[in-house]
Amino acid sequence: MTDISQPGPPSRVAAIARRIATEGATLVVTLLGLLLMTFLIGRVVPIDPVLSIVGERATAEQYDAVRLALGLDEPLWKQFAIYVGDALQGDLGQSIRTREPVLEEIARYFPATLELATLATLFGVLVGVPAGVLAATRPGTLADQVVRVVGLMGYSMPVFWLGLIGLLVFYGMLGWVGGPGRLDSAYQMLFEFEVTQYTGMILIDTALNGRWDMFANAFSHIVLPAGLLGYVSMAYISRMTRSFMMNELGQEYITTARVKGMPEWRVVWVHAMRNVLVPLITVIALSYAYLLEGSVLTETIFAWPGLGSYITNALFAADMPAVLGGTVVVGAVFVALNMLSDILYRVVDPRAR
Amino acid sequence: MTLLSVQNLRVTFETENGPVEAVRGVSFSLGRERLGIVGESGSGKTMTGRALLRLIRPPGRIEADAMIFDGQDLMQASERQMRGLRGRRIAMVMQDPKFSLNPVMTVGAQLTEGLRQRDRLGWDDARKRALAALEAVQIRDADRVMAAYPHELSGGMGQRVMIAMMLIPEPDLLIADEPTSALDVTVQAEVLSILDGLVRDRGMGLIFISHDLRLVARFCDRVLVMYKGRVVEELAAADLMAARHPYTRGLLNCLPRIGGARGPLPGLDRSGDWAE
Amino acid sequence: MAGLRVWLMDPNPTSRRQARLGQFWLGWLRLRRNPLAVSGLVIVGLLLVVAAFAPVIAPHDPLAQDLSRRLLPPGTPGNLLGTDDFGRDILSRIITGSRITLYIVGLVAVTAPFLGLLIGTVSGYFGGWTDAVLMRITDIFLAFPRLILALALVAVLGPGIENAVLAIALTAWPPYARVARAETLTVRNSDYIAAVRLQGAGVPRIILGHVVPTCLPSVIIRVTLDMAGVILIAAGLGFLGLGVQPPLPEWGLMISSGRKYLFEQWWVSTMPGLAIFIVSLGFNLLGDGLRDVLDPKSAPK
Repeated sequence: MTDISQPGPPSRVAAIARRIATEGATLVVTLLGLLLMTFLIGRVVPIDPVLSIVGERATAEQYDAVRLALGLDEPLWKQFAIYVGDALQGDLGQSIRTREPVLEEIARYFPATLELATLATLFGVLVGVPAGVLAATRPGTLADQVVRVVGLMGYSMPVFWLGLIGLLVFYGMLGWVGGPGRLDSAYQMLFEFEVTQYTGMILIDTALNGRWDMFANAFSHIVLPAGLLGYVSMAYISRMTRSFMMNELGQEYITTARVKGMPEWRVVWVHAMRNVLVPLITVIALSYAYLLEGSVLTETIFAWPGLGSYITNALFAADMPAVLGGTVVVGAVFVALNMLSDILYRVVDPRAR
Repeated sequence: MTLLSVQNLRVTFETENGPVEAVRGVSFSLGRERLGIVGESGSGKTMTGRALLRLIRPPGRIEADAMIFDGQDLMQASERQMRGLRGRRIAMVMQDPKFSLNPVMTVGAQLTEGLRQRDRLGWDDARKRALAALEAVQIRDADRVMAAYPHELSGGMGQRVMIAMMLIPEPDLLIADEPTSALDVTVQAEVLSILDGLVRDRGMGLIFISHDLRLVARFCDRVLVMYKGRVVEELAAADLMAARHPYTRGLLNCLPRIGGARGPLPGLDRSGDWAE
Repeated sequence: MAGLRVWLMDPNPTSRRQARLGQFWLGWLRLRRNPLAVSGLVIVGLLLVVAAFAPVIAPHDPLAQDLSRRLLPPGTPGNLLGTDDFGRDILSRIITGSRITLYIVGLVAVTAPFLGLLIGTVSGYFGGWTDAVLMRITDIFLAFPRLILALALVAVLGPGIENAVLAIALTAWPPYARVARAETLTVRNSDYIAAVRLQGAGVPRIILGHVVPTCLPSVIIRVTLDMAGVILIAAGLGFLGLGVQPPLPEWGLMISSGRKYLFEQWWVSTMPGLAIFIVSLGFNLLGDGLRDVLDPKSAPK
């Protein structure tokens, strides 16, 4: 007598194939929508793209030539099709300021943002998850209240202001950390010429090159912005962890584990945590994505040469291809992270497979 | 020989509107026999079962004059001593395997966990014991069940896994809290007979908590009838149908009978002074 | 007074109004017991009072420049929180700025949920293709990082307070649409909607008169929780110079104008930042408390 439900192999394969197909379709539609939106923003913007390339003193012939070259005489839908086609080939247009392909520029700026957001997320997870668990296992106690208030404060803090205060206190007054930028200016040149850049992320590259002096300097520069962004991320993660953990600790299987005589740490960190992990993965991915975005303001404060700085600077220079290219990339990263969290979700939760 | 003796057990919950007493002074004793606890939902029978394991979480509170298991007062035991008792000496089977098994751990991991963590058994030995336990609850393809996740099992299968898990350390006392209520009727009988056989063979004490009067009468030696957190009547199972207490009589009268009168079943008369 | 309380606590209310008011009263009792939520309520209340009476409370004209009194530190007689680089009184500017903050928050709180409710209920009520298309659009907006989308929109519309509000509202509606759609799906096939339909009510009347009211409570909780985020984004836009324009005393703008003096005259940036922090903390505390009251499941035991 077997009453394990076991769907036959063919139907299972078909189901997986169907899911991949629908998810792929969703992904394509979302990305297309993303491109459509940036395309439309680019068309309604009160900046003449031709004029910004040829300059004020161009002749009518020059103007028309560029206009043709940009494909602006085509109907709108065709222009969009060309735009999508180019984007698929990795061509997001040319920066008006530098005349360089936008994607190449972004590839240069992105590692700085990635490094910052990754370190901040690491901090947010390493502090936020234990803090949330602490609060959930002792509801109503002082520890719980502290975690709750510290978390709400993180929600309420303007990141750019926090950055300024951080600079004022830890750099200006205490001198504990490096100031704005990724390296002291003395090291900046050395980094360009003496370090083989594998990833563009300074901490990793200097470590791979064995330049520990430079690593220490880079660390002193990144620790403040990463710590501040990490605090914001920690606020979110600790609150969510607390609420997920409270929910799991009320479940019947927790009683089962206790009936089996399992010690409390095992009940919380193995039995409950495995279940908390399922929704927590989505939360962490989301917070990571928001850090990539939240860096727009932080990077401005810390003169951090990342994607956020790139977009804002382009905005002030009315460099629309760069602004929109940057927006597309950030949006695509968002979508990619969402998909990644979906996949991880399946790995952690056997019911979703 | 008395295995467990409980005197004046109380379980109180602090709520926003003041304390609520779920169990109000329950006393009983138990040898290596089967004791049934019956009552409606909310009568405090489940809370009584959990209080024996000291598994009431705050804001709940347990009080008792004495709760002596095998010569040891559970009220005085440290949390560490309680952990030693739980699982090894006192076990509990809960109502619905859908909720009482950890959804993201394989059955095998949950079965062997106690052996590996508590008894420090190696992986192979633990697995052998777990397979044996699964066979004891008449699961034939034990290997596959070990690798399955709880949601891949049917209710009856899940409850057998639960029973196997709880009986692995051969406890002296098993608390079964509505072990068959969530199952299909056809599966109920099977699971019950498995439970019956194991308890009989191993000579352990059993506290069988249920709302099903007939089931308890058939399955147990002695029955406690609970109402609103109190024991209103205690009697031998064989005498249940001849119970005198108005509440028990009321419960019995609510049961339809094959071949009985087809009029509407009477409601419960709660006007006696026992029902305050 | 006592009679009123008895009437409110009556376990057997005689009218719908009594039942509803009784529920409010119970909720208020529960909210009152939560000190964090009460402090949030006090902060939000203070913000409203300060904004309402700003011209009376402010000790100076927020725009009046006095270059002989530039960058005075906090505690200077007459300038409690000091002065900025134009010699303007920071306290007066913060007090007047509360009006701008409230204006932005108020406008977004009206427009974004309205748009979200409309799209969510229509999507949920009609289902099928309408639902698929509208939800896809919602997802696309959700896929955009909010601040960057707001930046791009402001770039198109040009800087200014109305455009900032519009940009924030356009990025804030998708979560409301999601919430409203979920609520709509649960009531769409209920009997009372069917009854209204059988009485011959048209679709607009069903949606506006019966579906939208059901969705309102959950949307309102979200609005309170979102207000802090709106304040932060508005301040961020102001800080980048893309929101409210000088010389208006918008808090984010004030922080940015104090950046140059950060290390010597720290108060120019710090004070308006504190104001943003306190107000958004107030909204967060209140929203958190409200959710505990209206959704007891997530409340701490």
